Amino acid sequence: MDVTRTEVANRSSRARTRRGSAARLGLLAGPVAFFALFFAWPVAAIVARGLKVDGVWRLGRIADVVTQSDIRHVLWFTTWQALASTALTLLVALPGAYVFARFDFPGRQVLRAVVTVPFVLPTVVVGTAFLALVGRGGLLDELWGVRLDTTVWAILLAHVFFNYAVVVRTVGGLWAQLDPRQEEAARMLGASPLRAWRRVTLPALAPAVAAAALMVFLFTFTSFGVVQILGGPTFSTLEVEIYRQTSEIFDLSTAAVLTIVQFVAVGAILAVHAWTVRRRESALRLVDASVTARRPRGAGQWALLAGVLVTVVVLLLLPLAVLVQRSLDAPDFRYYRTLTSEAGDTFLVPPIDAIGNSLEYALAATAIAVVIGALAAAALARRDAGRLVRGFDALLMLPLGVSAVTVGFGFLIALDKPPLDLRQSWILVPLAQALVGVPFVVRTMLPVLRAVDARLREAAAVLGASPWRVWREVDLPLVRRALLVAAGFAFAVSLGEFGATVFIARPDNPTLPVAVARLLGRPGDLNYGQAMALSTILMVVCAVALLVLERLRTDRTGEF
Amino acid sequence: MPQSLLSLEGATVRFGARAVLDAVGLEVAEHEVVCVLGPSGSGKSTLLRAVAGLQPLDAGRVLLDGRDQAGVPAHKRGVGLMFQDHQLFPQRDVGGNVAFGLRMHGAPRNEQQERVRELLELVGLPGAERRAVGALSGGEQQRVALARALAPRPRLLMLDEPLGQLDRSLRERLVVELRELFGRLGTTVLAVTHDQGEAFALADRVVVMRDGRIAQSGTPLEVWQRPADEFVARFLGFENVVEGTVAGEAADTPWGKVPVPEDAPQGTRGLLVRPAGVRLVPADEGLPCTVAARTFKGTHVAVHLQPEDAPRLEAACALREAPEVGDVVGVEFDAAEIVVLG
Repeated sequence: MDVTRTEVANRSSRARTRRGSAARLGLLAGPVAFFALFFAWPVAAIVARGLKVDGVWRLGRIADVVTQSDIRHVLWFTTWQALASTALTLLVALPGAYVFARFDFPGRQVLRAVVTVPFVLPTVVVGTAFLALVGRGGLLDELWGVRLDTTVWAILLAHVFFNYAVVVRTVGGLWAQLDPRQEEAARMLGASPLRAWRRVTLPALAPAVAAAALMVFLFTFTSFGVVQILGGPTFSTLEVEIYRQTSEIFDLSTAAVLTIVQFVAVGAILAVHAWTVRRRESALRLVDASVTARRPRGAGQWALLAGVLVTVVVLLLLPLAVLVQRSLDAPDFRYYRTLTSEAGDTFLVPPIDAIGNSLEYALAATAIAVVIGALAAAALARRDAGRLVRGFDALLMLPLGVSAVTVGFGFLIALDKPPLDLRQSWILVPLAQALVGVPFVVRTMLPVLRAVDARLREAAAVLGASPWRVWREVDLPLVRRALLVAAGFAFAVSLGEFGATVFIARPDNPTLPVAVARLLGRPGDLNYGQAMALSTILMVVCAVALLVLERLRTDRTGEF
Repeated sequence: MPQSLLSLEGATVRFGARAVLDAVGLEVAEHEVVCVLGPSGSGKSTLLRAVAGLQPLDAGRVLLDGRDQAGVPAHKRGVGLMFQDHQLFPQRDVGGNVAFGLRMHGAPRNEQQERVRELLELVGLPGAERRAVGALSGGEQQRVALARALAPRPRLLMLDEPLGQLDRSLRERLVVELRELFGRLGTTVLAVTHDQGEAFALADRVVVMRDGRIAQSGTPLEVWQRPADEFVARFLGFENVVEGTVAGEAADTPWGKVPVPEDAPQGTRGLLVRPAGVRLVPADEGLPCTVAARTFKGTHVAVHLQPEDAPRLEAACALREAPEVGDVVGVEFDAAEIVVLG
């Protein structure tokens, strides 16, 4: 009798676990299908196209390509510029992280939002802004005859500009929440201020610094738009080289090999990143960020604050200001007015149409990214998520690092036959853009979903709410805000997506970044000025989206 | 015996190799208030979660009204659970929290409003419907949590450390209120707490748990007067527990010969001497002890006595009779305050 009872109970508990996994699989089905169809398949298809000759894999090509001296040069440049950019970004941004976390000064909130603007700016805009600052006929050229666009410094500075916010957000966000009393406890036990910082604060921050450094390394390692515009013929990253091989030299097999190389490198970076994130989740004493900041005291702290403010103005605000100034550098807003005219040789449509296209595409991409990302986050946030599911978490980050050019070109060759013939469909562009948006949605939602106290859900269940109602009544109201923030980020990155869009946007339907790049590729003052004008418009749209988000943002939402 | 509302049969929950609930059997009759008492980690909360359906059993059964609950999910069991830290929904106001269970059961809106009003009055917060839960004090949150748990009229109400986080005076007042309330409503209650005072004040029956097993079950008076073993005695706060050999009406202990009640079981056993049973006499009579410490307890003074080669003794004295620290006194024992443990 007892034995059967035990068995019944065992079976029912196993049934529960099975139900849990079934629910999780149901949630994951959408994201998995999405990634299989619109990411794995196109990438696999283009790699196969490059490496398969007459149905036979030519893996020997990999060794051939990697040993070519010009390719080795590209690999070497990609790596060292990413390392240098990361080191430089940390050097410049860590004092900023400290100042924004621990000092209370007028305008702090606004400035915190302002330094985030570059991160959501399209890379094309960043490149254009730096061109206006340090390029031929740029501000420095006019003032002192200094040009940096032929040196690697332009690229490095643009990368610092772009990633400053990653460090301030990731490291500063944690720094602001570290309990200052921990350091005080160390002081009471006889540690000097420096020693207390080194022994207590630094170890707590180290995983966040590592995670931020890895993200910066990832973004700069795969940099495309910035290098495409500022690199000239001398400097080329893997991503730029893939683009060149694919669209200019039509050497698909070299492009395929480079895609694989980048894929492996990015996979390794993400694996290390996942490890640091897990370390970061280790139990730290966190407090409300609003209570840790105080006004700077003493000459040293005021000097630090002043230094950070000057850096922000010179490095982050100046390029944007110059961009705006250049776009206005003709009588009667000529560069803006001419955007509406039927331009002849550069476009089939007036450049202004790109704004409408961009907004439509970005809205559709946002909708897709939010649905897919929210489903994935809901599945990943479940407490019983196993190793397989956590693996999927890392996989979701891959589109951030895998060559967008490859994805774009892969779309063209993989999604061109029934049942999935999307070549003529407008949805192709939003699909590609959503791929980049999903990781942001997941990263923003996941911490919030995980922070929802499981016992709140239990309280609802005991009061009679079914699992679906628990989600609607408990989770949704708590994550609604994070969902909006995620949507905003997805919107901004979709708007700025360049690498994939440049391949698949049809000539009569260009997006803003594509139009900017095309204008810059043409000679003449008018094209240059129009590029500046379009970039300014794009920047304003992104900045407005971000500033709206900043009002919604809470301390717990996300790592970006 | 009438059928129990709740019965657990060999309920077992393991976390890894450790059995958090180890073959627990427990019956709760209708209208009964049962309090599970035990130190933290003894499995009390897991017991409630298992009954609520939030924690699957590894073995055994939970029956409600005689029906096996295996495979019945939490939201269909019709029991209420008040969480230790209340777990009020932060995005809803007081009224929204209390009405939650009613909404889940599809009660019409006007009925919800009526019931919320009635319950808030019952728990002493009339008219609090529109207040934000974040602005409530600990005691008020506790009342709202209680009203929320009572609203769908659960057949069994479970309370997890219901008064745990409140300060002492509030706790003592609320425990009386709860007792009256449950008596008036005829609610069947299963509560868990680590505070013996709370358990004794609240319960018809007290169940003491230790390491996932039930150590003793009985009315508060029974448990207080006759702790089942050394663990229960010590958990109830008794310090004077030693092993002794009982022969006839006396026991051989490290404190010397100690008188025991007439019907005491014989042989080597645990012996509990209540502080009131430790009588102070002049130093040359009885067991000589040095006064090591004295603590003021309001109604009496607890005097800690150190005999020469034996464990410390605690004695309860009237304030004006209490000796000073360092004094040497003699000790005699009172058979009526001595319990031979099982």
